[in-house]
Order: sequence, then C-alpha cells, then structure tokens
Amino acid sequence: MITARILIRPKEGILDAQGKTVEGALPALGFSGIEHVRVGRMVELQAESADRLEELCEKLLANPLIEDYEIEIV
Amino acid sequence: MIWGVLQFPGSCDERDAQNACELAGADTRLIWQDETSLDGIDGVIVPGGFSYGDYLRVGAIAQFAPAMAAVKEFAAGGGPVLGICNGFQVLCESGLLPGALLTNEGTRFICRQGDLVVQESSSPWLSEMNAGETISIPFKHQTGRYFAPPEMLESIESNNQVAFRYAEGQNPNGSLNDIAGVTNEAGNVLGLMPHPEHAVDPLTGSIDGLKLFRGPAGVVA
Amino acid sequence: MAKHRELGLTDDEFELIKKKMDREPNAVELAMFSLLWSEHCAYKHSKKLLGKLPTEGPRVVMGPGENAGAVDIGSGYSIAFKVESHNHPSAVEPFQGAATGVGGILRDVIALGARPIAILDSLRFGELDSERTRYLVDGVVRGIGHYGNSMGIPTVGGEIYFEPPYEQNCLVNAMCVGIAKTDEMVRAAAAGTGNKVVLFGSKTGRDGIGGASVLASAELEEGDADKRPTVQIGDPFEESKVLECCQELLANDLLVSLQDLGAAGLTSSAGEMASAGGTGIDIDVALVPLREADMEPFEIMVSESQERMLAVVDPAKVDAVLAICSKWQTDSAVIGEVTDTGVFRILKGGELEGEIAIDALVDGCPLYDLDPAEPAEWIYGNQVTLREGADPSEIALSLLGASSIASKRWAFDQYDSIVGSRTVHRAGSADAAVLNIPESDRAIAISIDGNGRRVACAPFQGTIEAALECAANLACVGAEPLGVTNCLNFGNPEKPTVAWQLSQSVLGLTAACEGLGLPVVGGNVSLYNETPSGPIYPTPVIGMVGELPDPAKAGGESWRDGDWVALVGPFNPSLAGSELEKARGQLGAGLPDTEIPPVRAAIELVRDGVRSGSIRTAKDVSDGGISTVLSELALESGVGCDVSLDPVIAVHDCSDEDALFGEGPGGFILAGDRQSIELLGGKGVQIEMLGRVEGNEVKIKAGESAVEILVAEAKASFESLPGRIEV
Repeated sequence: MITARILIRPKEGILDAQGKTVEGALPALGFSGIEHVRVGRMVELQAESADRLEELCEKLLANPLIEDYEIEIV
Repeated sequence: MIWGVLQFPGSCDERDAQNACELAGADTRLIWQDETSLDGIDGVIVPGGFSYGDYLRVGAIAQFAPAMAAVKEFAAGGGPVLGICNGFQVLCESGLLPGALLTNEGTRFICRQGDLVVQESSSPWLSEMNAGETISIPFKHQTGRYFAPPEMLESIESNNQVAFRYAEGQNPNGSLNDIAGVTNEAGNVLGLMPHPEHAVDPLTGSIDGLKLFRGPAGVVA
Repeated sequence: MAKHRELGLTDDEFELIKKKMDREPNAVELAMFSLLWSEHCAYKHSKKLLGKLPTEGPRVVMGPGENAGAVDIGSGYSIAFKVESHNHPSAVEPFQGAATGVGGILRDVIALGARPIAILDSLRFGELDSERTRYLVDGVVRGIGHYGNSMGIPTVGGEIYFEPPYEQNCLVNAMCVGIAKTDEMVRAAAAGTGNKVVLFGSKTGRDGIGGASVLASAELEEGDADKRPTVQIGDPFEESKVLECCQELLANDLLVSLQDLGAAGLTSSAGEMASAGGTGIDIDVALVPLREADMEPFEIMVSESQERMLAVVDPAKVDAVLAICSKWQTDSAVIGEVTDTGVFRILKGGELEGEIAIDALVDGCPLYDLDPAEPAEWIYGNQVTLREGADPSEIALSLLGASSIASKRWAFDQYDSIVGSRTVHRAGSADAAVLNIPESDRAIAISIDGNGRRVACAPFQGTIEAALECAANLACVGAEPLGVTNCLNFGNPEKPTVAWQLSQSVLGLTAACEGLGLPVVGGNVSLYNETPSGPIYPTPVIGMVGELPDPAKAGGESWRDGDWVALVGPFNPSLAGSELEKARGQLGAGLPDTEIPPVRAAIELVRDGVRSGSIRTAKDVSDGGISTVLSELALESGVGCDVSLDPVIAVHDCSDEDALFGEGPGGFILAGDRQSIELLGGKGVQIEMLGRVEGNEVKIKAGESAVEILVAEAKASFESLPGRIEV
C-alpha cells in the first residue's frame, strides 16, 4: 500500500476569494511580508498502486476547469 | 406534465420545487438519488440545497448518483432539465452545462431578493418570458460565482446560452458578465443560481418564478 | 487536588454521593455524577425558583420536562418550540459553538417527533470597538448560518445586542420551532422492561469530553484557549439525515420513546429517559459505534459527539428501525435494554463497569437555596459615547446608529430565511417572523426578545418588560401568543447580587406570564456567565409563539405618503435604562413600575386591528424611543413624517427628551388612514394622533424641542453597522 497526498489548489488567474480574504486579514493581525495566499484542499489516501490516481483527480477530486492538483507519493 | 424532482441526502429545496411545479399546473414526484429510471417523467428538476453536505466540492459527489446517469440520458434525448442553485452546481459538475460555480466574492452566504434580466434565448424554459424583461427572484448561496474560461465564455455568449443576468448593480457574488443562469447549446437544460421556486406565492414573495415553471409545459405537453 | 473537586463536585456533594451509594464511586460513576450533578444538567441553583412559573394552559400539549414544549395549533397539529443557550462554547470557539448550539436545539425539537420549521437567535456581545467582539460576531453568525442553512431550516428572526458586560461572556441563545402531528409526537420516558435501547446518528468520539457541562459550571478565566479541544464539532449534513430518519421511524410507529444526546451525552440521555419512566437501564459501551479506538468506558458515557439520538424500541421492531437508519446512511446499534431495577448499569462486553441508582444520579442532586441581596449601587459602570451638548437631531441620528439599534441586515442576509416556502415575514422585515401553516389553515408568529440592561436596572420590572415586548411584537403582526419559552442567562448564583437578580427576574417572569395569561412550556438556564471582573447583565431571553388566522393580514407593511400616525397604548416614556441614558453614561438602578393590564389591553387592541386587515403598519416603541421607531418607519418606506409629541407630554407630564427618546412598555406606533385608526378608539386604550406621513424629513416636535433629520441621513446612520463589523 502506498500513501498519496494530493494537493488541490484554485487555478492561477481565477479570483480565489478565500485566499484573498485571508491575505487581507493578515496586516491587522500583525503579519507583514506575506502575499499570494491561495486556499485549497488536501486529500490523503492509501492505495494499492498509484496507477489510477491521476484519473481519480481528473474525475472527482479536482475540477480541472477551475483547479490544479499535485500528487505526492509519501 | 409530470416533473421528477431529484432528492439527494442533503437536498433542501426539493419540496419547494414540487410545490412550485404544482402551482404551475403540473404533477410531480420525488426521485431518490439511487433510482435509475425516469419512465413517465416529462421534465427533471435538480433542486437546491447541500447535497452530500457540499463535501469535497459543491455538486461533486451528486454527479455520480445513479439518478444522474438517467438524467444525462434524458437530457441527451432533449428532455427539459432545470438545475436550481445546488442543482446548477451538480449539472456543471456533470458536464451537462458549461462552466463552474465558485465561492462568492465576499466569501459569505447571502440571502436576498433580487432582480434578474431575462436574456435572448430559444430555450423552452424562457418561453413564457420576454428578452429584456426584469423578474424578481430571491437567491441564497455561498458558492454562486459563475466562471468559465475565456473561450468557453465567448462561446456561451455568442450562442445565446446566457439565460439570465443579475440586474445592474445587483450581482451578489462576482459572477462573470453578471451571469445568473445558462443553458446548454440545445437549450433544453437550464441552470440558475437564484431560486424561482421561492417566487411562486404572493404571500411569501414575488410570483415571477411561475413563468419559468410554465415554460416547458407550453412546448412539451 | 481531590478527583471529585477537579470534576467540579463540592466536598459535601461527594459525601452525599458516597452516602447514597453506600460506598465510594469508581471512575466511571464519578464522571457520571460530576456531569449530572453539574449546574448545567441539574439546575441545582435554579430549580426551586423555576417551580413558580405557570405552566398550564388550554393549548399546552407538552410542558417543561419534555425535550421541548408544544402547543396545539389545530387540525391535529402541534407547534413545538424551545430556546437553549450555548454561551460558554461560543465564547471559546464561536463558529462551532454557535453551530452546535443550533444543532442541539434542533435535536430537542426533532426528539419530540416534530419537523423543525424555523430558527431564531438572540445574541449578545461586547461593544464593536473590540477586535475580540468582531471576531466572535463574525464566527457566531457564520456558525448559525452554516448549520441552519445546511439543514434547510430557515432562520427567520432574532436579535443582536452589544453591551460592555458581555465582552468576555457572549450570549448565544438559539430557538427552534417545529411542527408535528399531535398524536405522532413522542415522549422521552423509557418504558417496557426488556425493550431495547438503540443509539443512532454520528459515531461517538472524544468531542466535548468534560465539555459543555463542565464549562457551564465554572467561570471563564484567562488561558481558556486550551479549552478548545473540548468544543464539539457539528455536522449538519449528518443531522439532516438523522431528522429524516426520525420522521420516518415515527411515521411508521416504530419507537416507544426518543431522546436526543446533548450535554453529558449518553449519561444524561439514558439516565433521564429511565428517570422519566421510573425504570432502570443497562448500557453496554462495547456496542456503541466508535469513531476512535480505545475509548474508555467513562469517555464513551460522557462524550458529547453531536448528531446522535437514543430510542427505546420494542424488540420486535428493532430490525425495522435499523433498516430505516441504514436507508438514511446513518450509523445505528442496539446498545442496551430497559430494566425494572431502577439502576443505571454500565457494562463493557457484558462485564459490569459501574452501577448507580437512577434516582440518586438524576434526581439526587441537592438543590440549593439562593442567598439574595440587593446591591447597594449600580455595579456595571458607565461609558459616555454621546457628545455633550448634542441637540435632539444629533441624538436621534446617533441612536439610529447605536450598535444595539442599527440594522442587523448584515447578519440576517447570511441566513436562508425562505426555504420551506412558509416565510411570510422574513428576518428583520417586521416585528415578528410570520410563517404560513397551511396544514392548520392559519399562520404562526415567533419572536425572541431580551433586555439585559433594563433588567440590570430593575430585575423584576425589567423582566416583565421583556415579556411584554415579546407579546407586543407578536401583536404587531396580528398574533395571539400561545406559549412561552425562556432562557435565563445570569452570572454566578452563589454570589448574593446575582442571586437577587435571578430571584427577582423569575418573579417578574411569573408576574408577566400570569398577567398575560400565558404558560411557560419549556426553557433553559445558563449560569456562571461571569469573569473575575464581574457578571453579565442579568439577561432573561423570552421566546413566544403565537397564532394568527390569516397570513395575508399580518401587518409588516411600510407606511405610505398621506397616512396618519398615531401612538396607541399606556406608554409612559422615561429615560431610565434607555439607550440615551447609556450613551450619556448615566445608567443606574431603578425603572418606573408598569401596570400589566393596560399594556395587555393595548396589545390586544393592536392585534385585533392588524388581524382585521385595517391596520397594516404597526411597530412597538422600544430601544431609542418614539424618535427611533418613527425614523425606522421613514427610512424603510422612503417617506418622512411631520408629527408632534405634545399630546404625549401633556398626558404624562414628561419632559421633551422623555417624549422623544424615552423607553418603556405599552407603546405602539400605528400608521394608516384616519378612519381605520379612529375605529380603534373607545375601547379604553389611549390613542394619540401625532401627525402625518409626508416629505423627505423626519420632523418630530416635542415641546420646545424638535428632531428634524433627512430620511436619507436616518437611513445612512441606521445602515452603518457593516462598516464597523468588517473592519
């Protein structure tokens, strides 16, 4: 069994409302020098093989129209 | 005319949708998510709510419900399909409609009565409305910002697939081109974020929504 | 420190437990006692007082002691309702605290066999200039929206107040209203030796262990951020499945009794079911579906994992019950049995882990008398926020923008208030929410009202006022109240000042309910809302449900150009305890007395006028006085008014300022054609014609003074809240 960690992020160029909100709140909380915040999702799973992971991402875990994904085998 | 209203775990507005259909003069039946037959059904409504808790992504899991396979076939055959709010999200995830719905620009859930401008369209859904007409329909959503990549957006616009736009100054979520609802190329599938099923009774709001529910009856029945 | 003290039991209580058990309790037993004998579960400082409230009435179907109260709404249907607090968890984690607060009150109504149809919330925070307050407000509102919207239950009303004493102890009181067929409602009492106990809903984890109950029995101190792990996490999706499952189980007559799991989890639910039924109960923790492995028996017994229900089922019907749970994709298991031993036995795989006599556990907690003492002076301090020398127009605008008065649209817009197609008056649009009940060919109205500040000025009088205000709000939409629920939010009752506030307040509530002829059908008490620097304002929150025959005649309309404006009722304005007095930093003890009968007469007159359809605009005078209510009516419609309060000054011999900004019960502003208003006369209720609706200014003459503000200015001030929350 392998453990896969899949990071799903909003595509560049699309307004990431959550990321923007988080970034906007930072100065008031005393953080400076932080930018380009993007908020996404992380899916962790165990699989017998990595063969169909990309298909899983394309079909369910991510919406390729609006999201990018990255598969990491841990 | 018999409408089939889909019901997933987490659907909220399915009974309201049935109520609206009945007020528009049709019969209805609820279709549980694992049903695979749409025999005897003249039209399908995918209602609003939080199907499967909006888990993973709005509408992402509902697209794989057995009933949705039947809906895809039904749509391919030209049957009228209406997706309201979460229903719109499910239809986009299923590929029955172009584009996707993203988190509102302000990130908050917003529930408000608003004005929509009816667009030029040959869809049976809009047959009881006139292009340019303004209708008052409430919306209530947190993930209603319509998005399509530039090429797809251009195609939607030039094919007259935009069914409704938010009236000027009333775009609540940052939807591109103020788009509130779109159809597929053939026009038989319509999705919109606002809730016409909550605009059918003068006691609880406007009655402009009835026109939408009457649309296909004039064309199908 | 001795274990029992760590768990919040006093030495005396521990001795009493040992005496009742005739031995020392083991770990599981001690944990269970510590929770059921906590303030939150046992009401040990309030139970004696609450016995005074009137609870009977011709429409009462379920009274205090059941999961929620219920009143008969006709045609075989009942309306169930209750209000409950979730204050301490919300102060620690506002989003989940508020969300699970909503989830919890929904389950109380669901446990009765009712389908929830409305949610309302009464919220109180510190002032908005504090970052912590803005953080709490944001989280609480999002949490309420998240849970209610996801469940498809409309949030149709509520109130939000900002006052300094709530800075460290915010108040989140959630009210739920549901509908059920009267003969399909189910009680909580366990019955039938040999009947099975079925647990269904979410799996049990470590949520809230030592959580809600313990938090509610102790004051909050610094360093409470590490109480975060004990806050429960809510899952509205799971609860919506549980709701449908319950409805189907009850429609098929498969349950003997039903109870929801809340504070103190399995311990309190199973214990209370057995106590109510006079039975014993056996629970085997090895049979409980668990989310985490290796949970100890005591953890399983006190876990506060959300979205769980407990049912008593005839053995012959167990399979059918489990099948329906499976259809709705919710976990279920038989975890025990009803016995005739009168004992609560906890087993693990058949091995005995603990046993406690039910009457010792559930009813054996000592009840304490309070030691009340009226404080010598005003204990809450004062802050000046109004510019000295402000003239009446400036005061009028300032009051409209006061955080407690200004529009709460920012919050209401985050709630789905229309799902279910019943909502005639949406949140914030009329004085009370109105829902269509076609099943019974009528409508219901719901309001939730409290006033901590005025109750602090005079607990007895202030509480009467809160109840009268609630009934007045219902009258403005043509509704007659059927029953009352209440949540009493107070500080530490072991302190004489708070004890006095609590006693006086309950006496006031009793007087108000008797005076209005209304039964209290259920409620909640939240104590220890206090920090080392002092208690919150004593805050009784009153929820009322009423009925009206025709939802098309439910008031709530804006006034129109040309309408006459009248003041109806025995309203005797006074600045005592008012928003203006707060702004001037002059708050102190004392409120004028109010006679209830004349206020009741005015309430009934307004109600009948609205019901008949002849009065379409009615609003009661409350925070900010007559100037404020007139300004609100103006900015809502876009048309101003030109009125004089000289008649009011003459009748009550009060000052200009009293007339303009004074507060108190028994005042209604009505607008409409002259004839409709005059038809209300001659019935023993005072009516003063004040003037006309017209123009683009709010012009109010009062003796030598006058308010003259543009409607546009009033609107800008009234809508200024979002800019101060989203900083």
